[in-house]
Formats: sequence, C-alpha cells, structure tokens
Amino acid sequence: MAEKEVKLFGNWASTYTLRVEWALKLKGIEYEYVNEDIPFNKSEELLRLNPVTKKIPVLVHNGKPLAESLVIIEYIDDTWTKGYSIMPKDPYDRAQARFWAKFADDKCMSAMYSVSTSSGEAQQKMLQEAREAFQILEQALGSKKFFGGDQIGYLDLAITLLAFWIPILEEIVSVSMVDNENAPLLKEWFTRILDVDMIKTSLPPRDKMYELSKQRREQFFSGQI
Amino acid sequence: MMVGDCAKIMYEVKEVKLYGTWGSTYTAVVQNALKLKEVKYKYVQEDLENKSEELLRINPVHKQVPVLVVDGRPIAESLVILEYVDEMWKSPPIMPEDPYERAMVRFWADFIYKKVAPCSYTILFTVGEALEKAIEEFTRNLATLEEGIGKDFANAGKPFIHGAKPGLLDIIMGSSSGGIRLLADLTGKELIDKDKVPLVYSSVHSFESLPIAKETQVPYEQLLSRVLAKREKAFATEQP
Repeated sequence: MAEKEVKLFGNWASTYTLRVEWALKLKGIEYEYVNEDIPFNKSEELLRLNPVTKKIPVLVHNGKPLAESLVIIEYIDDTWTKGYSIMPKDPYDRAQARFWAKFADDKCMSAMYSVSTSSGEAQQKMLQEAREAFQILEQALGSKKFFGGDQIGYLDLAITLLAFWIPILEEIVSVSMVDNENAPLLKEWFTRILDVDMIKTSLPPRDKMYELSKQRREQFFSGQI
Repeated sequence: MMVGDCAKIMYEVKEVKLYGTWGSTYTAVVQNALKLKEVKYKYVQEDLENKSEELLRINPVHKQVPVLVVDGRPIAESLVILEYVDEMWKSPPIMPEDPYERAMVRFWADFIYKKVAPCSYTILFTVGEALEKAIEEFTRNLATLEEGIGKDFANAGKPFIHGAKPGLLDIIMGSSSGGIRLLADLTGKELIDKDKVPLVYSSVHSFESLPIAKETQVPYEQLLSRVLAKREKAFATEQP
C-alpha cells in the first residue's frame, strides 16, 4: 500500500507518542513529526484532527486522522503488511499481547503516576500497589528475551519507555518501583530493551526528561495540573 | 466436541468455556459474539460474591468475568476476547476488513468502555447532585459517540453501526440493552433518545431484536429487582 503522506502529532516526552514512532521506525515508514506543547498549548490543527479526546499522539495517513496509540500501532501493522511484524501472528498470542498492553496502561502507568504525585503514607500505599503491578507485569515476560519473544513486538513498544522513565522517577521521588526483589526479570529487560539500537538512538535526553518530570510533579503539587 | 470447518475456523479447537455472571453486560457481549458466530461453548456461571477457585486460577490478574477458556487457555477482558473470537471464527466477521475502519471500531469501542459505560454505572448507584452530574456526563459522551459514529461509519443506521449486519460496536451497544432500560426506569429519562441519538438507538434496538440477543438477555424484572436491592444496600451504608 503506497503511502502518500504520514504525519505524526506528538510530544517528545510522551510514552504514547514514542510507541507510535517506534512502530513507524520498525516498518521503515517516513513521516513528518509535529511536536505539540502539551498540556496547555495545543495547536488548532491537533484539536481539529482529534476533537474527541484532544490528545496526542495523532497519526494522519492520507489525510485521515487516527488517535489512541495502541489503536494506531495496530493500524500501522495492518496497513504496512510487508516488513517487520509488530503484532504476533497467532490469535491467542495477539490476545495476550493486547491484554497485557491494557494492563500496563490501566494499572502500571496509573500506579507510577500515583506514586509520583503523592506523599507520606499515601505514597507508601501507592508504591506497594505499583510494585505489585510490575511484579504481575513480569509474568508476561517470563524468561523470554523480549515481550515479543526473540524480537521486540507490540508489547515491548507499549512498555519500553517505562524502562527509561521509571529509573528517573525513582530518583526524583526516592523510591524503588522495579528492583531485584519484586521484578528481577523485568529489570533485566529494562537493560536489554534500552540497548536495542532503534530505541537507544531515539530516546529523549535523560536530563531533559528528568527536569520535565520534576517540573510536572511540582506543577501537580501546586495545583497547576 | 466442536466440529472445525476449515473455512470457518482458524484452527481446530476442542473445548470452549465461558465464565460469566448473570446480568453482566460484559458477559453478554461475549455470549452474543459467540452465538453470532455459532460457536459451541459451555457456560460457567460465577457468583462474584463467592468466586470459584477456578476463576481465580484462570484470571489471577483481575479475578473478574468474563473469561473465555479455549482448550484450557484463558483469555480475559471482553474487548480482547471479542477480537480473539473474531480472529478464530471468521464467519460472520464482526470487524471490517479495511485497516482504517478497524481502527475506528477500536477507537469507539475504547471510548464506550472508558467514557460511556462508567457513567452509566455511576447513574445506577448515586443520587442527588452526583446523579445529576453523572447524567450530564453520560448525555454529553453519548452525543460525542453519536456524532463520531455518524462521521466515521458510512453505513451507520442501516440499521446497525456496521451497516446491514451487526459488528463489534453493535454487539457492545446491543448487549447493554438491559442496562439501558434500567437507566431509563431509574432516572425517569429516556437517555438513549430516538431523536437525539438515532444511530445509537438504531444499533441497540436492532441488535436486541435478534433471536440470539433475546436468548442472552436476562429477565428484566429480575435484573431490576437485583439492582434495586444493590442500590438499597449502597445507600444504606452511606447513611451517617
């Protein structure tokens, strides 16, 4: 299927945007990237393309917009059928990948957010929940090299930024969310996935990510977001 | 014993079991998908106040229903199950063939689950200002859904969202018909209004008229009395 034009609206620090970028890179698709200044300064174009949730990422292909990162990744895999296979082939494996991606988004991401926006006793409780969530997530990995098996796949793309971001948050908040006690295999995967060439060369600068995370936390505590 | 017809099924399976619970929309969603595709399955009723060891074993992560178990392998989360069922039993298809249309189905299914369904649950179990707010939010999200369906599905309303035959979104909306009736009875408002949200209305009513849907539906009076009992309990515990 010939591509006329692929444009991605996203944000440099967003896990949801990076997932889509990695999917595009795996398929070797050229795209135009537009960085959106979220959350306070979204472009008119973004709001026009995604009036329903007004969120990034939004992929525009042949003039048609798509939103929701996991939906976009499946679209990319469905559309560019030659080259790298992102989704597993077997229906059961696909179901498991979708189940765990949903778990990662619904439980792990929200647990991380809760840990970094709470304090004191509440934070201890959130931390316990986060540690449990990551311990459970590790089940999807088991003894495999990547979530996708020998090669990275859909679930790896969904979770990869956590490998980069969790250590940063742990530093800022002085907690341990993923360690050898609750999720040793996941911790090893963190090292492996960040060493994959495509990932390594496309991560945001660590210091910028650190500063932004710190800033967001302060904004949250001061009621700005 | 299931007969696998190569043209219809991806590969042979011997046993399909669905763990669900009475009156649950999410369970009904899966039942309706299986029935639409004429999949033979065994239904296992779970009492959510008294979950079986089996359920905790097959869905240790969420400990919820529905769970589909195919030849001993469990799949949880109703939307995940729906896509699995569609990929295994191809006829009749419940997802479009075109990748962009498939993306639109997934987007709106996610919207229904994240924005529309939670509001409806709140409506059933709150009163006063919280109720008014929940009704407002539900109405707003429903209007967004209606507009989105109109924009993204060329054959919506004829009579299903997916066109002449029911698809994934119709299964979700149609399986909610008991819940929708509850909302109307408990709030005194016709929240799925034929004039305000005609495409949603058409989907729900066309689906619930299908013989398979009628088979899946639980007797409304029983559903109502169970919800009323649950409400009483919920409100009683809130009293100072």
